[in-house]
Amino acid sequence: MIASLLGVLFDGLAYGMLLFLISVGLSVTLGLMNFVNLAHGAFGMLGGYLGALAMARWNVPFLAALPLAFVMAALAGLLFERLLFRRFYRRSHLDQVLLTIGLTFMAIAAATFLFGPQQQALGLPEYLSGQFSVLGVDLNRYRMFLLAVGVVLTVALTLVVERTRFGAAVRAAVDNPRVAEALGIRVGLVFQIAFATGCGVAGLGGALGAEVLGLDPVFPLKYMVYFLLVVAVGGASTLKGPLYAALLLGVADVAGKYYIPQVGAFIIYAMMVVLLILRPQGLISRS
Amino acid sequence: MMPALRTSGLGKHFGGVRAVTGVSLALARGARHAVIGPNGAGKTTLINLLTGMLAPSEGDVYLDEDRVTGLRPDQRVKRGLARTFQINNLFPDLTVMQSMLLAACEQRGVAIDPWRPVSSCRDEMTAAHAILRLLHLDGAEDAVVRQLPYGDQRLVEIALALACKPRVLLLDEPAAGVPKAESQALFRAIAGLPEGVTVLFVEHDMDIVFRFAQRITVLVSGAILTEGAPEDIARDPTVKQVYLGSR
Amino acid sequence: MSIAAPARTWAGRFPWEESAFWLLLAAGFWLWPKHLALASQVLIAGLFALSYDLILGYAGILSLGHAAYYGLGAYAAGLLATHRWGEPLSGLLAGACCAGLAGFLTSFLVVRGQDLTRLMVTSAIGLLLFELANRMANITGGVDGLSGMEMAPLLGAFRFDIYGRTAYGYCLIVTFVVFLGVRRMVHSPFGWSLRGMRDNPSRMLALGYPVQRRLIAVYTVSAAIAGVAGALLAQTTQFVSIDVFSFSRSADVMVMLIVGGAGVLYGGLVGAAVFTLAYHYLSALNPVYWQFWLGAFLIAIVLFGRGGVLGAFERISRYLRERRRAPAAQP
Repeated sequence: MIASLLGVLFDGLAYGMLLFLISVGLSVTLGLMNFVNLAHGAFGMLGGYLGALAMARWNVPFLAALPLAFVMAALAGLLFERLLFRRFYRRSHLDQVLLTIGLTFMAIAAATFLFGPQQQALGLPEYLSGQFSVLGVDLNRYRMFLLAVGVVLTVALTLVVERTRFGAAVRAAVDNPRVAEALGIRVGLVFQIAFATGCGVAGLGGALGAEVLGLDPVFPLKYMVYFLLVVAVGGASTLKGPLYAALLLGVADVAGKYYIPQVGAFIIYAMMVVLLILRPQGLISRS
Repeated sequence: MMPALRTSGLGKHFGGVRAVTGVSLALARGARHAVIGPNGAGKTTLINLLTGMLAPSEGDVYLDEDRVTGLRPDQRVKRGLARTFQINNLFPDLTVMQSMLLAACEQRGVAIDPWRPVSSCRDEMTAAHAILRLLHLDGAEDAVVRQLPYGDQRLVEIALALACKPRVLLLDEPAAGVPKAESQALFRAIAGLPEGVTVLFVEHDMDIVFRFAQRITVLVSGAILTEGAPEDIARDPTVKQVYLGSR
Repeated sequence: MSIAAPARTWAGRFPWEESAFWLLLAAGFWLWPKHLALASQVLIAGLFALSYDLILGYAGILSLGHAAYYGLGAYAAGLLATHRWGEPLSGLLAGACCAGLAGFLTSFLVVRGQDLTRLMVTSAIGLLLFELANRMANITGGVDGLSGMEMAPLLGAFRFDIYGRTAYGYCLIVTFVVFLGVRRMVHSPFGWSLRGMRDNPSRMLALGYPVQRRLIAVYTVSAAIAGVAGALLAQTTQFVSIDVFSFSRSADVMVMLIVGGAGVLYGGLVGAAVFTLAYHYLSALNPVYWQFWLGAFLIAIVLFGRGGVLGAFERISRYLRERRRAPAAQP
């Protein structure tokens, strides 16, 4: 009993960590630029497909495909930010939704055209598949890897935001963009870098998540609710909020599907309702 | 006599920051009461606490001795408490009359009617027109708010608040941003406010404060420093120190 | 004392363009007798888009799950018909009530959040219903849909014929009646207050408006109308499948409204016509192409074509009016 409980907890945390990685960019974009980017999942998908392509066509090893996914997704994010998104920071949320839904449709269609509608497998290396026995509990090696990568990235992100000058600039820009600009902080550049990083991390998450979440052309829409949930419940002004929300969501989803398979898929909806009623402004918010 | 607006020990803190502490005020009916203080003294927080936009951490607000703490802003408006905003918070794409109608229809309970065409709301239009005339805005009825000069927009702020038929009116820095050339109209408007309405105004502009206030409360770092008649406040050395720094 | 309003009509009367529009639609029996079924689909989509306009165009609620109420209306009417209750008007009423009730119950979650929360909640509601309908495939028929729907004659006299004449007349009259009601509402104090709440909710609160309660009211009405559209769909096509709950349905109605023009009453109908006809004639294409170009089109609209078709008409007519005035201004 305990073993399965630990196993579920472990799986749920890994899953939640993955959701966090993909959603953190959405949270940053919303908190920093007040930009609703429903196409965020598409950057995750881009990372996933590029990773798969690299491994299948160019024989890039798995551990090298991951940073590749990060870089390509970040570059794509940079490109879109400069060409398109920055014109929309002052436009209504409706316009942003229309833009990003349009982009999502185009991305899905392009992915279907290029890769076909079936799920892509990334192909895990030997040393990451299979189980690992810890204290009598069989833990999936890949999930452990996910957790490890997630923890490292989260710590890195937190350190950047809290200890570096760039992080301070980000925090200042979130608080009050005009004053920040007046203080000499190049808010536009800060946004660009933050956005690109968010997309890069999402791309990495997409590549990492291909095994766990499944990578197919409808990925951006399939998981859109999850990403929105993480940001709506976790709030858009901190890193910790979406992290806790994502972990909670991950554990609840996995636990629900394991213990009550009949209604397991609906657990997250119930959770969403409860959380919204209790905390309409999100789990962790600044007053 | 029952005070029109009263607070007892009103306070608000955000985490470690104490924005407002232990504010107790009592305004008699028809009073003209000013709240002054340096920037960051908590004046706008106080207004937000009075209107219900913020929930207090401690203390209560009473309207005509009815406890309204915990009521939503719109509920307090229905009980006779209206406000203006420090930065114009209007409907930029509507005309002045259209904006006033929004206020008048809700005040008269007509705004839930989904059947009557707005063009037939004659009574509401008359009521709106009367207020606009009071503020000398009746020439601008059909002007789109966005195109009005800033001073006139400030007047529309006051007109909208008056359209709610308040017993207590909170003016949040009515002169803020109004160029000197347009301030006459503003003075006229404040002077012309109905006598029965109790007015609490937060202001930086000492012209307005000393011209209209019967009593002044000085707020510093969220707490009341002193309170009294304008002449006394003008002579008070502690007030001078707060504004001018110690010598 | 003038109440002339720039760029908006206050009137309760019908200007000639509107009468012409409806007369044109009524003449459809003679103008497009071979395409009445398609025309019915346009009207149904238009009604759905009208319901969506109420919450998005007028009240400013961003929703990506309005198909939930459309689907509930469709299934209410559909299930009645499969269980031997084929009377159309009561099925319509059932659809409206089911959807309206669901709208009311879910509105509490939707009205209280900001834009992102509303997007999340509404998508979740749509997905939830889709999942539910999928699970209960024994009742809903799953992807294959309901079978055995039999409609009784409308008002006891008009049988649903294979040319779609009864269906067209039915859809036209229902759409017209609902339209009249919405039109009335939009020009009423309540309708005006919706726009106020969309543009400046904090100001409305400061004017004494119980903003959340009014939004709950309009959301419920909108859901009920979406339910009527869904019921019409079920009854005229005699088929419902769980696709009515799909995200595509919700996204499509958003596209229709934006294409036609949001917040101007007729935008939904116009956009529905454009979208449905385009889909019908282009559906022979590879669906991947459709999705790609739909996405591109959406981006183009948002970049260049604010206000959709009706917005463009408005700009053109304003430009023409100005051109006509300009020569007189020259010395």
